Order: sequence, then C-alpha cells, then structure tokens
Amino acid sequence: MNLFEFENVITDFKPVLGLEVHVELNTKTKVFCSCPTNFGASPNTNVCPTCLGLPGSLPVLNEKAIESIIKIGLALNCQIAPWSRMARKNYFYPDMPKDYQISQYDEPICFDGFLDVLVPNGDDSSKIRIGIERVHLEEDTGKLTHAGGFTGRIHGADYSLVDYNRAGIPLVEIVTKIIPDTGELAPEVAKAYVATLRDLIRNLGVSDVRMEEGSLRCDVNVSLMPIESNQLGTRTETKNVNSLRSVERAVRFEMQRQAALLKAGERVKQETRHFHENDGSTSPGRSKEQAEEYRYFPEPDLLPIAPDSKWIEQLRSELPETPTAKRERLKQAWQITDFEMLAVVNAGALDLIEATVELGTDPSAARKWWLGKITRIANERGVELEQIDITPAQVAEIDQLVATGALNDKLARQVISSVIAGEGSPGEIVQKQGLAVVSDDSALLDAIKEAIVAMPEVVSKIQDGKLQASGALIGAVMKATGGKADAAKVRKLLFDYLGVSQD
Amino acid sequence: MTELTRMTAVDLAAGIKKKEFSAVDVAKAHFDQIAAVDKKLNAFLFIDEDGAMAQAANVDKKLASGEFLGPLAGVPVAVKDIFTQKDIPTTCGSRILENWRPPYDSTVVSRMKNADMVLLGKVNMDEFAMGSSTETSAYGPTTNPWDTSRIPGGSSGGSSAAVAGFLAPLAVGTDTGGSIRQPAAVTGTVGVKPTYGGISRYGIVALASSLDQAGPFARTVLDAALLHQAIAGYDPLDSTSINQPIPDFVAAAKHKDIAGMKLGIVKEFAGEGYQAGVLNRFNEAVAILRNLGAEIVELSCPSFTYALAAYYLIQPSECSSNLARFDGMRYGLRVDDGDSSVEQVMAATRAAGFGPEVKRRIIIGTYALSSGYYDAYYGSAQKVRRLIADDFNAAFSQVDALISPTSPITAFKIGEKLNDPMAMYLNDICTIPVNLAGVGGMSVPIGLADEDNLPAGMQIMAPVMCDDRMYRVAGALESALVSSWGGLLLDKAPRL
Ligand SMILES: [Zn+2]
Repeated sequence: MNLFEFENVITDFKPVLGLEVHVELNTKTKVFCSCPTNFGASPNTNVCPTCLGLPGSLPVLNEKAIESIIKIGLALNCQIAPWSRMARKNYFYPDMPKDYQISQYDEPICFDGFLDVLVPNGDDSSKIRIGIERVHLEEDTGKLTHAGGFTGRIHGADYSLVDYNRAGIPLVEIVTKIIPDTGELAPEVAKAYVATLRDLIRNLGVSDVRMEEGSLRCDVNVSLMPIESNQLGTRTETKNVNSLRSVERAVRFEMQRQAALLKAGERVKQETRHFHENDGSTSPGRSKEQAEEYRYFPEPDLLPIAPDSKWIEQLRSELPETPTAKRERLKQAWQITDFEMLAVVNAGALDLIEATVELGTDPSAARKWWLGKITRIANERGVELEQIDITPAQVAEIDQLVATGALNDKLARQVISSVIAGEGSPGEIVQKQGLAVVSDDSALLDAIKEAIVAMPEVVSKIQDGKLQASGALIGAVMKATGGKADAAKVRKLLFDYLGVSQD
Repeated sequence: MTELTRMTAVDLAAGIKKKEFSAVDVAKAHFDQIAAVDKKLNAFLFIDEDGAMAQAANVDKKLASGEFLGPLAGVPVAVKDIFTQKDIPTTCGSRILENWRPPYDSTVVSRMKNADMVLLGKVNMDEFAMGSSTETSAYGPTTNPWDTSRIPGGSSGGSSAAVAGFLAPLAVGTDTGGSIRQPAAVTGTVGVKPTYGGISRYGIVALASSLDQAGPFARTVLDAALLHQAIAGYDPLDSTSINQPIPDFVAAAKHKDIAGMKLGIVKEFAGEGYQAGVLNRFNEAVAILRNLGAEIVELSCPSFTYALAAYYLIQPSECSSNLARFDGMRYGLRVDDGDSSVEQVMAATRAAGFGPEVKRRIIIGTYALSSGYYDAYYGSAQKVRRLIADDFNAAFSQVDALISPTSPITAFKIGEKLNDPMAMYLNDICTIPVNLAGVGGMSVPIGLADEDNLPAGMQIMAPVMCDDRMYRVAGALESALVSSWGGLLLDKAPRL
C-alpha cells in the first residue's frame, strides 16, 4: 500500500477528524435488566430473558445509567434534553439478541458541548476546543468469537460463539462535531482528545474507561481536504482503535494512505476500516457506499426520559472539578507554563504531584522527583507512573530529608530507587544503608587534611588566589566520604582551614 | 345441578369453596369436554393436563387445610399461545416458534397462578396475532362453536372458541386492534381490551408494543371483571404499565344502575359495510340503555376515518422490528444446511418459519420505516394517532362512555376473506381507534343478527383508567338482555 510522507500530506491537504467514543458505564446492573455487569464472568451466565431478547421480554431503564450519562454530558458542557426518547436501531446481526439495538436517534440525552484539550506544539502547547455533537445512551451487544478460518472475522469462520454477558451493558456514545483542520497536529489532537475524555470520565467515577478491556472504545473518522479547497473529502471510519497510541497512529496512517490515493488521482472509498496494532495500518472492512438503513423509530417499550431540572442542577453542583479546570488551577498554583503542565499530564503525574505538594513539598521539588528518577524507572519498566511502588508521602519524606540537609539530590535518588525496590521507608533506608549526609565536622576535617597532604600543588594555587582550583580538593573529600558530604560545607571548612577568604 | 362446564366462573369458585365439587372435578370435566369437542373447534394447541390437575389438586389441598383462597381459586382458564408460561410450549401460532418452551412466566400467567387458577393449556391464534379469523395460524384454523364452518374471530380465536364452546369458563387473550373484542362479538362472549398499561405486557410476545394489551374473555360481565381484577395492576417489569390504583371492576359489574350516565354514539361508526342485522341488534341495545336511564347522544370523531390507515402503518412498523429476533440463532426454528452464511441461515429460517400474512406485514413495516418514507408513512400515522386521541378526549369531555357495534359483521365463513386482506382488515374498523388512543374497550353480546342467527356485540369505550365504567354499562345491559332472553345468549348456541 502506498503511503504519502506525513510532512507532505500537510503541505497539500487539510485533515478533518471526527471521533466516536463508546464508554461502558460501571453501573452494577445492565441498562434494561437487573443482570450483573462484572467483567470476566463465564460466558452466558450474566443473562436473563430481557438481555437475551427472549420473546415477550421487556426493557426497564436503569436510573443509574441516566444519572451517569447526565454527569458525562454536564462535564462536557452539554445541554441536557428535558425530554428525549430511546430509539430502535434495526439491523440483523447474531451478537444482537433482538436484532435491533436500543439506542438513541435524533433525540440524544445530551447535546452541543465541548472539551478543551492541550496538545504539544513544538516547544509550546496548543489548546484546542473539540465540539461535542451529542452524548447518547445505548445497550452494548454480545461478543462474538469466530473459530476457524484465518481472519478472526465472521466471514470464513468455521463457526462462531456468542457470549451475551456483554449484551445490555450500558454504553454511552460520545460523538464530536467535525474537528476542522488541525494540520500536522491532527494525530496528536485525536490522541489528546481521547486521553482527556478518558481522564474526565474516570474522574466522574462512572466508568472504568479501560481501553484494553474494551470499556472505552474509539472509532476514528478521517478525511482530507485539498489545501486550497473547503470541500469536505470522503471519510473513512476506522473501528475499535483500542489504545491512545493506536488512535494517533490510525489518524496518521489514514492521512498518509488517503493522501497517496488522492495524489495518484484515485478516490477514497467511504468505508469502515480495521486497525492493526502490529504495524499501525488499517484495512477495509464493510463498505459504506450504500447508505445504512437502520429504520430508527422511537422505542415503544420505554417511556420518554424527562429528567427533573432540579435533579440535573443537583448533579451539576456535585460534579468533581474537571481535569481541565484542575490543570489550570494547579498551573497557576505551581507557577508553571502550559508546556510544563503538559509534561506533567503526559507523564500521568498530575495527581501524584498534587498529593505530594499537599504534604508540604515545594511544587518544583515534587515535579523534579516525579518527572525525574521515578518517571525514568516507570519508562524503563514500561508501566504507568501510578503503578510504581512509591507513594506521595514517601516522596515528601525524602524531599524533607533533602530540605534539612540530611540528604543531597544524589543520595535522594538512591533512596527513591531503594523505596521502589521495596527495601523499606525512606527513613529506614537512610538508617540501614548509612546514606545520610556526613555532617560531622571532625570527620570532614580529617578527610580535608588527607586531601591537602595528597595535593600540595593545589593548595599552593589556592593560596595564590586561584580559588577555582579548590574543586579538586572538594572532589577528593566527596569521594572519600562516598558522596555523603554536603559540598558547600566541605568548601567552607576547607577555606577556613587554609585561612583563605571564600570571596 | 348444571354441568360443571356450563357454569360461570363465579359459581364454580363458590361451589369449590362450599365443597359441592372439587377443583379436580372441575378441571376433569373441562378436560373431558376438550377431549369430546375440540376436534371440531381446534382451540387448544397444547393441553397441560398434568400441570392443570396438579394445580387443581393443590387448590383442594389448600381448601382442606383451611388456607385462604381468592375469588377465582380452582377456576380453569385457557391461555392464548402468546403468553409465555414457564416450560410450556409458546408458539404464537407460528412454525418459527414450534417447540419453544420459555424459561419464564409472563406476568399475566404468574398472576393467574398466584390466584390459584387452573391453567388448562395454550389456545390457538392468528400467527403472531396478525389476523381477525385465526386462519393464519400455522396450526390450522379454529372454528366458531356457533357454526363450525365459520371463523371464531381473531386473533384471539382460540380464546373465544374455548369460552363459547364451554371448554373453559375463562380465557385470556390480547388485543392490538380488536383481537379480543371482535372474537368476543362473533362468538357471543364478553371480551375486554383494558386501558393501555392497565395489564402488564411482560411475557406477551409483542406484535405492536404500543398497541398490544391483554384482557379477559368470559361468558358473563362479572366473570370478566373477576379475571380482569386478578391480572390487572402495575408491574415494574413493564415500563408502560400504569402505576396507579386499579378501579374496582367487580363492583362496577355488579352495580347495574346506569341512570344518569351519558353515553355517546360515534357517527363515524356507521354506513356502508355494516350488516343490517348487526345494526338492528345495536339499535335495540341502545334503546335498552335509554330505558335503563342513560342519556344517549350522538357525536362526531372525524379523525376515526383515518384510523385504519394509520393502524396499518404503525402496527406493521412495530411488528417488523419486534419480529426481527426470530432469526434462528437462539431459539425456535433454524433452517441451516450446514454450509450457509449467517445471513443465509437467517433468511432461510424466516422464509420457512413465517406465514404469508406475517411476511406481508413485515414487508409493509420495513418499507414504512425506511428513511425517505418514514415521515410520509410512520410519521404521518403518529400524527393521526394523536388526532384520534384528541377526538376521544373531546368526546369523553361530553359523555361518560362511547358505544358502537363491535364488529360491523357477524362471523364469516372460513376461507371467505383469507385472500382479501383489505376485507379482513375492515373487521376491525370500530375497534382500532381504541388501541390507537390507548383507551379501554369492551364487547358484550347483544343478540343474534337477523340474517344468519349469529352473535353480534356492542362495544363500550371508556377513558384511560376508567375501565370500571365499561363494566357498569355492560353489567346493566347484560342484566336486561339476559332476562329478556331467559338466559345467556350462549345458551342458544347449538350443542357441539
Ligand atoms: Zn439480563
């Protein structure tokens, strides 16, 4: 497959994005029945007549799901419809027990909102406002496993198994408005949007938003507009892109693929595409050239949803601070730039640093520890920062030891490593390994005297006024004490001993 | 003593309580009658003799141990094959559900079980309740006990035939456009379509969700009221069931006094297509109601003219979606040659499993819901539906209840209209507006038409959650008619 160089895509085309994110709510029971929703139960055990769509069964809407979607809508600055209806989306597929999905059509519960995201832009960052078209509620389908064949897809399989445990889990679909030309930032914008949305929803506590378990799934729409045109191009929809990195790669790949087609005078086919984790490519799925015919109509088995406006206001007042507002607040409090804040966020360190600062640590010191040594260890291990075994309290304790002069930065980093290695609390480690800064003057003086004896020529230079030569002596002392001395103190003692003014 | 099978539910329940006979005796008498005459009627699709005898024995045991028994304890009932009953075949009169045994009870069934009623088995119906004659059943037509060459009405024709043929004193059916009232009218029985939301739809295989409503069949108004009372009321498993106290239907049926009630005759329910003998009986019944002290007024509901057209868009639309699940993937029929794709198996199963009337409506509904046609068809039909509800509201602001013939004609010959869907659909011209507006409707026997000596019915319609008014009017009318006839109309029916 031909791909166009990414840099050149941007000079010739304007990428237009649209993102559809599906989030499984973490309600205890399914959206239309009282079956449990726990992940990982044996196949077809969390089922009942309703979620199996047995003849005669009826749906009853889970109030908690309505509460959750309204919270999401409010957090995304949406309008909440005073009256909306569920609708049936009709199509035949074996993972759908009723051969229609209860969803929403032209009357979503939440509509017309926005989400601000920050993306790195050179040495700076850009804030981009993503319009939210709608947020609606629907039921998840069952899960198909195709056996035999090579594609792992339904066509060509020997047989397929269906697990209806997932059927009827409440699903919230969040659809962006068209995201107009963001140029070379487009892949980053898509990724940042999903990351920010994930943080926001996790913060609301209404979903686990685990992409790897499928509780957050993303469909990526990409099209290209010639640079001189304002005519929207044909879009493709890449389905089920299941990690943040994949979102970015899928956008980048589609931009390059579509540009190559257009450059060659071919047209882009309107279709759904599958994303491949192994090489970051996409391949065609079912063609959408023919308009879909879902025969939507209002679900007659359910009453309209008419949330009380007082209830909505109560939910609004109870919303936790949004991640965006929190970033803004902490950016001010810590006196850092957008770019520095972005580094904190991208490292997944925001909450950890905030907690450390709350324990009395200076913000810049807290950032230094978390973004330095601890992030390096996380990167080496290829895990999230929050999975590293060190707590904000431990980091605060270490920083306190530095502030009092009991540790220097180098020793502090050693203590961090030891804490993470599970060797004990910072205090215990300092004790056990004898890592504390040597502050005993007589011990230091002994080392100074040894160094003077060993390097008489350096002493002469100092006495001749070449104070910078003292570095060699100080270094020798630091070496002799195993790095546990406070260098400034060694310098002072040295000059006092030699009777030379430090200035 | 009267034969057990010819007694009313009220008398059966009383006799059992007084130990004049046992519940087992009653059940047995009905199974004997079924064995003797159902060959001629084909009302029962499944006879649950073991289950029913066990329920009856349990009633007798409870009675012996002095336990409390409800007003219908030990009374047999026939169940339309559209209600799920745990482990009992539920076919909806279709091949596609042949041998399907649901793992759960519908709310109506579980309420009847809780009332210690004896469930005799499942009775025939038009396939998925689509029809007015029970001829579209995949299991053969049911016949009318008045004349077995004629239809018993539909879609609940098994229920009407079972009650009229003395196979069961009571039956439950469902009514989407007249499927209880029209069969009741053409068999000389009482049939009630309650207010939409009055009885839970949970466990009723859906035809058109916004129109379907379960209700009772009986030989008397009081019996119908007792069964209605037993199965009515809010059900948290049905979001469209109304969470309000239900009126006292039994008291209303016993009330018998309608002096001062205002009853309206809808002008639009007249004219071409109405059998003269049916109109004669209707006019006589109106005169009786006037004599009983009711004030009769004529009023107009202009939108009713469009009811049939709107109904035959909304009902097929909802049905096309409700019946999608019968795809051979999970239960029921599966046509699979082992070498076909999912789509091919689904298509072959549906082609083989559904009859022509079901296919006709699925095709109409699929078309009406398609983008580009939705507004013109489904959308317009919904607007008409609102206008019809407005007409009912306006009418009920002037009168307590409305009356009309139930069906414009008496029972027709089997096969006569099967190939003429429009003629078949016209049977429900008076009953359909009631479903579209969600109000209550009831049919009571008013005599035999002059031309053919076949039963005719009067429809009584009342506002939402005022079904008790229908019982009050029907109770008074029945009382007057029964004394003029010297017994129930059904007593005039030939012995099978
Ligand atoms: Zn369930």
